[in-house]
Amino acid sequence: MVETPLTRNMRADGEAPDLQAYEKAGGYQSMRSALRMAPADITNLVKQSTLRGRGGAGFPTGQKWSFVPMGDDAPRPKYLVCNADEMEPGTFKDRLLLEADPHQLIEGMIIAAHAIQAEVAYIFLRGEYVLAAARLRAAIAEAYDAHYLGKRIAGTDQALDLHVHVSAGRYMCGEETGLLNALEGKRANPRAKPPYPQVSGLWGKPTIVQNVETLCNLPCIVERGADWFKGLSRTKNGGTKLYGASGKVRRPGLWELPMGATIREILEEHAGGMQDGVTFRGALPGGASTDFVTDDHLDVPMDFDELEKVGSRLGTGTMIILDDRTCPVGMCWNLEHFFAQESCGWCTPCWSGLRFAARTLRALEEGHGAPGDLEALEHQAWFCAPGNTFCALAPGAVEPLQSALRYFRADFERHITDHRCPWM
Amino acid sequence: MALSADEEREIRDEAANYPTRSAVCIDAMKIVQRHRGWVSDDALRDIAGYLDMSVDELDGIATFYNLIFRKPVGRHVIMVCDSVSCWIMGSERLTQAIATRLGVTAGGTTPDQRFTLLPIVCLGACDHAPVLMVDDDLHHDVDAAAVDRLLDRYP
Repeated sequence: MVETPLTRNMRADGEAPDLQAYEKAGGYQSMRSALRMAPADITNLVKQSTLRGRGGAGFPTGQKWSFVPMGDDAPRPKYLVCNADEMEPGTFKDRLLLEADPHQLIEGMIIAAHAIQAEVAYIFLRGEYVLAAARLRAAIAEAYDAHYLGKRIAGTDQALDLHVHVSAGRYMCGEETGLLNALEGKRANPRAKPPYPQVSGLWGKPTIVQNVETLCNLPCIVERGADWFKGLSRTKNGGTKLYGASGKVRRPGLWELPMGATIREILEEHAGGMQDGVTFRGALPGGASTDFVTDDHLDVPMDFDELEKVGSRLGTGTMIILDDRTCPVGMCWNLEHFFAQESCGWCTPCWSGLRFAARTLRALEEGHGAPGDLEALEHQAWFCAPGNTFCALAPGAVEPLQSALRYFRADFERHITDHRCPWM
Repeated sequence: MALSADEEREIRDEAANYPTRSAVCIDAMKIVQRHRGWVSDDALRDIAGYLDMSVDELDGIATFYNLIFRKPVGRHVIMVCDSVSCWIMGSERLTQAIATRLGVTAGGTTPDQRFTLLPIVCLGACDHAPVLMVDDDLHHDVDAAAVDRLLDRYP
């Protein structure tokens, strides 16, 4: 039987299980087990589980926690932050977890907070997730009433206050250090690292930031153990994954599948293949800031290591499908316009380079492309590479562009030679 | 003008979640916007004064965040997703249909102050593209031909 720990409690009508229903299904038992464990043992368990962050970067979760100063000398308070600022274009997985099982997230946060001995936690939620905000607040109130939050959680010495911060917009807030600035009531510019947030984060205190899906995996890891979690996966990256597909497929949606499901399997079995009259040309496998994959990669398992081998990334695991009736240059223009608009302006390669890229793509799409434009775009992609910018926004932004220039080169060239978009 | 009693109480409640006074400023601007529709220069001064911040510092924060309105908006704010999945599924046609129906371009407000039309980044409902929000309501799989009926629900 295929196990689906992340979505097992979700109801067919889409309503969120309340505390009673969640507990009846075994909820908050993992919290009780975790509170009986030494913090270091939880961190070790999560390390052994091979859980990697589900927000895009894929950093090993247990390893991240191990950088947090522990013991009586550690600075206080320590903070845990849930990154629920889901704004990566093409990504809609955290919305499901937030809306359809908020208690699972809260339980995961209590476990993580105990592991790093954090006494204050925030859920940083994007402003447009109105239903998620209402359901989270209702679930948090229930958890306080049941003494799962507040002082002396479930009769132990552990205390945790959990607040929801509803954001006022901007993609930059999803970047770890930009998010911390936003929570402190500032512009969401990124911070230079080091120091890393694990040591000096919110208000200069040790802070862990984790994606919603990452935290939702914790209750089942505590309940069933590291080996079981690894066994859920078909690859070396443990667990299941919420995969998604959008674009001109028959049944766009989300599916919890073993980590390592192939692109073909997600596309054909779950999304029902392409709509009538269109054919598959490529996909951004993990949101807008991942490199294109093409027909040649349909049998690649969607996990961190395998997608890297073909020059892309798992990212958020929600695929955006490009079809033959959609212009790849127009798609790149849409993407680079987004990234240029959302750049916070803190560093030059990003605010200047992405604007240049968006303008050049617009010119190509509107028939004003000139020889040399493609080389100029390639140069911008190189200019925005990791190491040249403060944060990951610009390096991510140029991933779809650099791969489109490689895979759809003839389409770009036709825009220049024909002085028009062939799809218009 | 000063903060109303309700505004001040709501800001105080949120401020309890943070260890510093200025941290609540984004929540405070959203609270005042909920009461007054937008964040005017007067509103900015009220909030800055209450939080012991300079008006310029607060304005620098206000103008960073796209959900804080520094200009008046209509009774209803329409936000049409213009990110990649919705673009593939026809969001440009949808925006055009709404703009034509309302007689405004993106960023504009109708003369009767009923609607403001804004583009918005990915709303995280890509399996139902194209999508838009009107105020707090998310609308799925929006058909450009049916926008009239949808907008009729917002008098």
